[in-house]
Amino acid sequence: MGAIVKHKAFEPGAIAVIVVFALFVAPSIFGAFWITNLTQMAVFSVVAASAGMLYGRVGLVSLGQVAPYGIGCWVTMRLAYATSLPFPVLLLIGGIVAAVIGMLIGLPALRVSGLYLALVTLMLAAALETVLGVLKFPNGGSGFSGVVTSLSDLAPMRRPGFAETDPAYFRFTVIVALLLFLLAYVFLAGKPGRAWASIRQSEPSAIAAGIAITQYKLIAFALAAFMAGVAGGLFAGSVQQSIGIDQFSRQAALFLIAVVLMGGVHTLWGALLAGFFSKVMLDLLTSYMVGGQFWNNFSLSLFGFGLMMNLIQSTKAMEKKGLLG
Amino acid sequence: MKVEVNDIRVQFGGVMPLDGVTVTFPGGTCGLIGPNGAGKTTFFNVLSGYVTPVNGSVRCDGVELLTMPDYKRARWGVRRTFQTEQAIEGLSVFDNVLTVYEHTAKGSRAEKKKAVDEALEFCGLLGVRDQLVRTLPAKERRFIEMARAVVGSPKVVLLDEPAAGLPDEETNELSVIIRSIPERSDATVILVDHDMALVQACCEWSAVLDFGRLLASGPTGDVLRDPKVLSAYLGEDEL
Ligand SMILES: Nc1ncnc2c1ncn2[C@@H]1O[C@H](COP(=O)(O)OP(=O)(O)OP(=O)(O)O)[C@@H](O)[C@H]1O
Ligand SMILES: [Mg+2]
Repeated sequence: MGAIVKHKAFEPGAIAVIVVFALFVAPSIFGAFWITNLTQMAVFSVVAASAGMLYGRVGLVSLGQVAPYGIGCWVTMRLAYATSLPFPVLLLIGGIVAAVIGMLIGLPALRVSGLYLALVTLMLAAALETVLGVLKFPNGGSGFSGVVTSLSDLAPMRRPGFAETDPAYFRFTVIVALLLFLLAYVFLAGKPGRAWASIRQSEPSAIAAGIAITQYKLIAFALAAFMAGVAGGLFAGSVQQSIGIDQFSRQAALFLIAVVLMGGVHTLWGALLAGFFSKVMLDLLTSYMVGGQFWNNFSLSLFGFGLMMNLIQSTKAMEKKGLLG
Repeated sequence: MKVEVNDIRVQFGGVMPLDGVTVTFPGGTCGLIGPNGAGKTTFFNVLSGYVTPVNGSVRCDGVELLTMPDYKRARWGVRRTFQTEQAIEGLSVFDNVLTVYEHTAKGSRAEKKKAVDEALEFCGLLGVRDQLVRTLPAKERRFIEMARAVVGSPKVVLLDEPAAGLPDEETNELSVIIRSIPERSDATVILVDHDMALVQACCEWSAVLDFGRLLASGPTGDVLRDPKVLSAYLGEDEL
């Protein structure tokens, strides 16, 4: 899946074009439906980037990135109803809570690796699906869960004062997404990025370099969970009410990893492509060509396809590498 | 610096790759030789902490290595290269060496750069400093591993067949580097290789393993003439 050339992962020129397009052109040429769609594409790109980073840069196969995404979404929503904190602060808290829980979950998960890690993280995603299914997403009610008991209390979640409209919220989302990508870049280009590259290629060799493997894997989990958590908050602000658990189900977990693998895990483009596959393309297909049941079949075949491509790739990599000798 | 190894025993199921090895490496560049499967790599794995022996101790500089967590041994000063070369493909040559330095030493940005460049120069790699490792041929990768092993201040450097697969000319280059490690950083080098010419050129002192036991140790010339060693290598019955 392409070379992991550090500076190739972020091409400033191309990124500037995309950002300018997103901020100044897209809002005026697209209607409300597609603007919302593009907002969610930006959100999903961040989640995809977080999963892609874990897999492509650290070598951790986590199928559970929908968990911090869901946690960030829930926490941000709950606090948006309960407090008058500025929206960016809500996102930050959502990200931090997701990161802390991500790390707590990551700690035992890190005792296993490869396929087992994939299974454990998928189970965690399933557990979250169950919890969210019971808890439900807040919609203006009181108490811990914030779910209304009478329909007259039903209220949409607030957005930032400066981004109430869909186009403005889209711009806001793009900027936050960009900041999250930058954050990931800072980590990848520095000491953690080098440690992750070592761990991914060979843990014995990383140990021989004095790298504290568990610590660096935890940093990776925390960063990825933070990104996904903030993305969850952004998603909440995009939908604003009656969020279902579809986005955070086991199905969504598999779908996520499928589009991540298809997009490619080493560059920003892969993440954007994953966002495109999962939001824009899916809506294009479902709104113009096919109906309900399609989503299920499509995501499953996508998962199969992604998995296959990846197996082929990693077999090639294994052939070259060998073990300790 | 002496490396005192006492009664190391390793068991993998019914196999005993190391069966009570006691030997003291006197310092400088020492050879560790023995036929295929003798236990040389396993011995290195014990020192780096990938294999936990059922018994034994390894003391250097008054420190017991075997009770230290694996990555802390690297921070203390145990460095190694691998029989199958393990330079990090996704990083540049500079970043490969920097990675080892930044986890084993503290220093400002300038100090890091200086130490890494020194190691690269020592191994003749300044010319490919900023290239991505995956674009480089086997020879450079071997030398990168060497630079990773010597950057900063290593105390014990374990080299597992560093010349495997290299042509004569490059082996000679490597031999010059290996011989100058002890004076460069005051480290004890243990060299495993099947190339006896290389071992003889680099090591005044050598130890021989066979079937997980120490067969002989002493000045390299004497050891290589030892009848027990000859028969181990030539596969004859013990004398
Ligand atoms: N993880 C393991 N499980 C079981 N047996 C092992 C393991 N690692 C090594 N061995 C066995 O231990 C013995 C010593 O192996 P080791 O790799 O240390 O030999 P070596 O001296 O490095 O050989 P070579 O010169 O071929 O590299 C061999 O018989 C090998 O098959
Ligand atoms: Mg070996």
